[in-house]
Amino acid sequence: MVKLTEWRGKEIFRRYGIPLPRGRVVRSAEEALAGTETGDIPLPCVIKAQVLAGGRGKGGAVRFASTSAEAAEASRAILGLEFKGERVKELLLEEKLPIARELYVAITLDRAARVPILMVSAQGGVEVETVPDAELLRLPIHPFAGLTGFEKRRAIRALGLAGPQAKSLDGLLDRLWRAFQHEDAELVEVNPLAVVGDGVVALDAKVSIEDDATFRHPEYADIRDDRTPLEEVAREKGIAFVQLEGNIGVIANGAGLTMATLDVLQQFGGRPGVFLDLGGTDDPAKVTEAFLLMARAKPAAVFLNIFGGVTRCDTVARGLVDAIRQVPPAEKFPLIARIRGNNEEEGIAILRSAGITSLHELEESAKAAVAAAGATV
Amino acid sequence: MSVLVDGDTRVLVQGITGHQGTVHTVQMLKFGSKVVAGATPGKGGSTVEGVPVFDSVEEAVGKTGANATCIFVPAPFAKDALLEAVDAGIRLAVVVTEHIPFHDMLTMYHYARLKGARIIGPNCPGIAAPGKAKVGIIPNVVFRPGRVGVISRSGTLTYEIVSGIKEVGLGQSTCIGLGGDPVVGTSFVDALPLFEADAETDAIVLVGEIGGTAEEEAAEYIHHHVEKPVVAYIAGHSAPPGKRMGHAGAIIARGRGTAESKVAALEAAGAKVARFPYEIPGLVREMLGKPASP
Repeated sequence: MVKLTEWRGKEIFRRYGIPLPRGRVVRSAEEALAGTETGDIPLPCVIKAQVLAGGRGKGGAVRFASTSAEAAEASRAILGLEFKGERVKELLLEEKLPIARELYVAITLDRAARVPILMVSAQGGVEVETVPDAELLRLPIHPFAGLTGFEKRRAIRALGLAGPQAKSLDGLLDRLWRAFQHEDAELVEVNPLAVVGDGVVALDAKVSIEDDATFRHPEYADIRDDRTPLEEVAREKGIAFVQLEGNIGVIANGAGLTMATLDVLQQFGGRPGVFLDLGGTDDPAKVTEAFLLMARAKPAAVFLNIFGGVTRCDTVARGLVDAIRQVPPAEKFPLIARIRGNNEEEGIAILRSAGITSLHELEESAKAAVAAAGATV
Repeated sequence: MSVLVDGDTRVLVQGITGHQGTVHTVQMLKFGSKVVAGATPGKGGSTVEGVPVFDSVEEAVGKTGANATCIFVPAPFAKDALLEAVDAGIRLAVVVTEHIPFHDMLTMYHYARLKGARIIGPNCPGIAAPGKAKVGIIPNVVFRPGRVGVISRSGTLTYEIVSGIKEVGLGQSTCIGLGGDPVVGTSFVDALPLFEADAETDAIVLVGEIGGTAEEEAAEYIHHHVEKPVVAYIAGHSAPPGKRMGHAGAIIARGRGTAESKVAALEAAGAKVARFPYEIPGLVREMLGKPASP
């Protein structure tokens, strides 16, 4: 999932014609000063840190300014912040609007019903999780019919809008639905959606794009604001790599088996540190790269747990043996291996020739890995 | 009777001329499946492992009577491949392809429904009934004919568990890997009634994962409609909230979809829940009244 910061989300909204406050993104106090002086950013204005975490208002990452000097000062203060682990590098400065009401509007996927769902609430501007179920209207959208007129009318009634404000919301819902579909979004959320004068304006934008759709949207492929540097390298090589808190490295294939491996390690007192899901591959070089990537994370021990299907055991064994030769002696760590499934015998033989024993049972292998990690502390 | 596939299943392989398509055609043939046709636009007239290849699904169905398809077509073209198969009258489609955008899958799912076809997957290992037919990529070595039905959201973890069932001397009636994507053609709730009705299945093993609410919905269904013993396992007890664990489904968001909520729901519905994969075969034996031999 590619989560977009507010200003990137609003760039999409702008392309689809969704009404937005006037303003722009800045990366320094000087830019904030210049932007407000030229009128690019109308005063008074709101200054918002462009981070992915929520709760910016309460967390001091949103401020208001009435003059250019105040805008520059507030920008300088927020740009220095680290907000919930994210460094603030960009700010969005926008005009402060006379808001009559704050609403909530979003479109996302309802997995169980296998349809997109429009959600609206008259209680906007608060975390949607805190909105009572009865106050949140959920309207399924059949993908073949699209967002229909009667569904929009239900949403508009629920929000209590009439006249030009209702017309404005009707247009916004159409545009939001088009953005959801055509940008391959997992979520398009406007919270709050402000009622201002005769219309509605998107004060905030939360948009996430589906990873699998980046072949249609190469413009999103490089936006990765929520990964560690090693996770980023892994992504480039097509390996799922996640850093956790512990010290045991886990290499497995398939999400389910990887998670089950972590569960078993934890049961025996181990603390998984990094896990790496090879997925399906029959390229020994990819296995080698994965293992070397793991070595860079400096685990106390590594547990390799493979059940061969598409990924054959002999492929994994070849890649592994090659990788071990490339790890300098000073950086070596204990390795516990268990390879089962397609071409199991060949794989085990290759490992044996390199002095590695493949264990058979999951339980005993996990215990061995925990013991090996503990012994090196 | 088995579930969805049997001796009359005539398999078409879409994307047969690609590497994975060819490799798994061989494996399906070795399993005993009747792989009757392949389809790759522009490669009609050739053969792969003795299987005739056609340019279109319509032609393949017309000439060979194929009634199921196994799709290996790359993600950008998978939607079209599925729509073509359903349009040509195929009623069971296993979509092995991974990384299909869910927006595409929504179209695929609703189109198949409209035409009365069933999709298994995407991003799934497929379906196999030992001794009868396999449509998909589950390794042949893990199977032995028997009376345990397996329904799983996972891939390799399914192989691990199916293999474990074999190692304790039991076997499988049918095994379905549903796939771990956010939108799947067949869910636990869709698959459970098939196993409940299957005369060759005595017990059902359900393998779930954190994320989503498919297991909670399964529990609800089991509670009301399943008489046969169910043994369940949920992967991802140790996963930290908010971290994406590989499958699109495997993310814990806002406290929903946790392992604890799934285990509690399944236990309340009368299922036996294994803490670890290797406990499953023992629990199945217990529920079937066949304690492990000493």
